[in-house]
Amino acid sequence: MLKSLRNAIAALALAGFLAPVAASAETLINGAGATFPYPLYSKWFSEYAKIDRSVKFNYQSIGSGGGIKQITAQTVDFGASDKFLSDQELKAAPGKLLHIPTVMGAVVVTYNIPGVAKGLKLSPETLTEIFQGKLTSWSDPRLTRDNPGLKLPNKPIIVVHRSDGSGTTSIFTDYLSSVSPAWAKGVGKGTSVKWPVGLGGKGNEGVAGQIRTTPFSIGYVELAYAFENQLPYAFLKNLAGTFVEPTIASTSAAAAGAAKSMPADFRISLVNQPGKNAYPIVGFTWLLVYQDQRDKAKGKKLVEFLRWELRQGQSMAAKLLYAPLPANVAKMVGKTVATIK
Amino acid sequence: MQQRAETGKDCLPFTTSATDRTEQTVGKPRTVDREKAITGDRIFKWMTTGFAFSILIILGLMLFQMAGESWPALKQFGWQFVTGRDWDAVQGHFGALPYLYGSVVSSVLALLLATPLSIGAAIFITEIAPKRLGSLIAPLVELLAAIPSVIYGLWGVLVMAPWLQSTVEPFLIERFGFLPFFQGAPYGVSMLAAVFILMIMVVPIITSITREVLLAVPQSQKEAAIALGATRWETIMMAVLPYGRSGIMGAAILGLGRAVGETMAVTMVIGNAPQISASLLSPAYTMPSVIANEFAEAVSKLHTAALMEIGLMLLVVTLIINALARLLIWGVTKDSSGGAA
Repeated sequence: MLKSLRNAIAALALAGFLAPVAASAETLINGAGATFPYPLYSKWFSEYAKIDRSVKFNYQSIGSGGGIKQITAQTVDFGASDKFLSDQELKAAPGKLLHIPTVMGAVVVTYNIPGVAKGLKLSPETLTEIFQGKLTSWSDPRLTRDNPGLKLPNKPIIVVHRSDGSGTTSIFTDYLSSVSPAWAKGVGKGTSVKWPVGLGGKGNEGVAGQIRTTPFSIGYVELAYAFENQLPYAFLKNLAGTFVEPTIASTSAAAAGAAKSMPADFRISLVNQPGKNAYPIVGFTWLLVYQDQRDKAKGKKLVEFLRWELRQGQSMAAKLLYAPLPANVAKMVGKTVATIK
Repeated sequence: MQQRAETGKDCLPFTTSATDRTEQTVGKPRTVDREKAITGDRIFKWMTTGFAFSILIILGLMLFQMAGESWPALKQFGWQFVTGRDWDAVQGHFGALPYLYGSVVSSVLALLLATPLSIGAAIFITEIAPKRLGSLIAPLVELLAAIPSVIYGLWGVLVMAPWLQSTVEPFLIERFGFLPFFQGAPYGVSMLAAVFILMIMVVPIITSITREVLLAVPQSQKEAAIALGATRWETIMMAVLPYGRSGIMGAAILGLGRAVGETMAVTMVIGNAPQISASLLSPAYTMPSVIANEFAEAVSKLHTAALMEIGLMLLVVTLIINALARLLIWGVTKDSSGGAA
């Protein structure tokens, strides 16, 4: 009985998966990659379907790693990733791959200290040492000095991190690496790293759930997730020395601050950018597109979509808690999109 | 009844009752149809032979494919992959011992807790409970086996882990803290949580199979024991359980198989820290969990290969468990034919 039930479910799932594909006779553009921007992308694709009925996007959020693999193997028309490709990875691709930034995401530090609602202030040094397991008590003088108004208890700090490979971890460890040479050397940055201390939770919900049920714990989640679930979050000290609250505006400010040093291929880490209001743990998420499209008709449709996304699409981002590209950056991206053939 | 026999056969490859029955029902074919029947039989024979061998072929292909995919890791680390404790995707060092340890310890402990419970439940249902009550409980137990593991996981992380953290673990630390198994801070998510959730998940499986096995004990066996003046306890211990020994063993092994391969629920409660600690209160990690956690975002070839090799290890561990189970059952059946009955 168990088995037949399982089979029935599998058949239903398969039917549900195949039906929309079979129904469309239009240009089908396939993409795969990052899970982080998936809610926004699916909104974009469904909105865009109303504007251009001759094209249909199919996006599978299988993770950045999978997206990079699939676009390199050319099994999809575009990839999506929360991390930019290394020179070596770019070389492995059969053609010139372009990085098209779409929106930005931020990572917030969330915590559970009974009696401290929100606004714990952390400096790069204290945050790094907490995640290194060197700063172990909430009442440590380095923490109390930054938080004169808060009553921090004399309790051990419990660190929670992501256990699954994720772009969130990638951005977070990128930040820690950029502010601490010791972290860069000892742990490094990546979608999954060897954590010196702490518990691993699966997904944003795993980390958040762990923190919610564990007093005196600290961890990191995506900004959107923290906002939706009204988690307490910390203010972080940025390069300019101000403690910045994570918001959509302060996330966009990070990219605006980086505009001057923006490389032509947009392969840039946005952590720890200058700017008085720039939140420090921010990253682009990119679409990966070949400059020379094999199927010219498809390529044309893809470019049309990218143009739309850079204008109308951006205004939908903030509502879904993604930070839109600042105008000057969007303009630069538009120029790159124009080079796709 | 028919349906029950079917499910029993599906789950339990060790019984042979079905084949005896089909031979009897073939009966006497009419002479006119005889030739047709023989060709039909032949085709049927070849088809079933093909199906049977296809399973072996699939297993062989799986081993071959996984060995091929994990070749870079096999080549680079050799046996150190199995004995190494360092898992660092950034540096490219991979040692899988903590995962092997976590899988084996959590599954074996869960089985040790679940088996007596399940046998007790099965005995109650078949021998002790009034018929009506028994037939009410039995389908409910089977229903438990059909609950998706993610549901168990959610319950585990939202209800059980906080309860362990606030109630059970402090108690264990206070009373049994002198033992190395109950030392450290109470996190909730831990090896202990994984053992409990696995126990809860395998109990229905072992119970329902054991129940089938006990139902198959001939009435004459029990009547003989009662006729000799045995009490109910003695009847169960001397007549019922020895008769079903090999079947019960098989049930336990199937439970172990489920426990070793369980991914979702364990990932959610085990804490995902690749470490080997004697304490059941500290977080751990299992082989399926690390694959589920890291595969989607594994970008480097070596990382993917290392995860593939863990898959290969998991397959080998499962094969070893099944082989051991076979040996055990052979040993047990030899014993029981000797004298116990």
